[in-house]
Amino acid sequence: MQVLFKKDKDTLTAYLNGDIDHHTAKSIRETIDSEMQRLMPGKLRLDFKNVHFMDSSGVGLVMGRYKTASVYGCAVSVCEMPSSVEKIMKMSGLGKIIEFEKD
Amino acid sequence: MKTVNEIKLTVDAKSVNEAYCRVAVASFASQLDPTVEEISDIKTAVSEAVTNCIVHAYRAKKGKIYITVSVTDDSTVIVKIRDNGIGIQDVKKAREPLFTTGGDDRSGLGFSVMECFSDKLRVYSKEGRGTTVTIYKKIRGKCDDDS
Repeated sequence: MQVLFKKDKDTLTAYLNGDIDHHTAKSIRETIDSEMQRLMPGKLRLDFKNVHFMDSSGVGLVMGRYKTASVYGCAVSVCEMPSSVEKIMKMSGLGKIIEFEKD
Repeated sequence: MKTVNEIKLTVDAKSVNEAYCRVAVASFASQLDPTVEEISDIKTAVSEAVTNCIVHAYRAKKGKIYITVSVTDDSTVIVKIRDNGIGIQDVKKAREPLFTTGGDDRSGLGFSVMECFSDKLRVYSKEGRGTTVTIYKKIRGKCDDDS
């Protein structure tokens, strides 16, 4: 799983790619956290357009980034979710604390 | 209901095998002509169960995961996932949403997701002996989408 980043003004977008499970979550987490520490953005956007599978490890990943980001005063949002990803995100109740961006 | 076809898999409890397990089960289930959503639900539920074996049952130590997948004459996929790990002290509590004994960004949603993405979930566990999770998923397929 590779993660591509784009920084636009104060917003850092992480483009996730491939499957997110317990096996891949660790390296994604480390990649995002180090980029976040390096750039100190005001907002972190997680783009799921190219994520074809995600289980509850992905929910944990987003929850964890939300916790880490709030230490820096950074907001987190998720966007471009395929229906399968959206289903598990909605079920988890994450929408109560994290913005689900709509186009 | 009667089993009409069955496979058995034994895999090492290594996280790299999580993807293989869910894809293998989904691939076998595809003979019932499921929708994309049903396949995705099966993959997700299996991924949760297999991850539990690796993270909790064997605590990242060596072990085997035994998977039996059967399809029945009433279009149900039954996935039995068994380990010989440490077992669950309190199954009722483990099945509660957000309960987790794993730190490190674990969401505590494993069993909730399995329940939500299947039609029925059975969990049998004995401390020190292991856990068996059985996931039942009825395949309604494309024809019943409108009903």
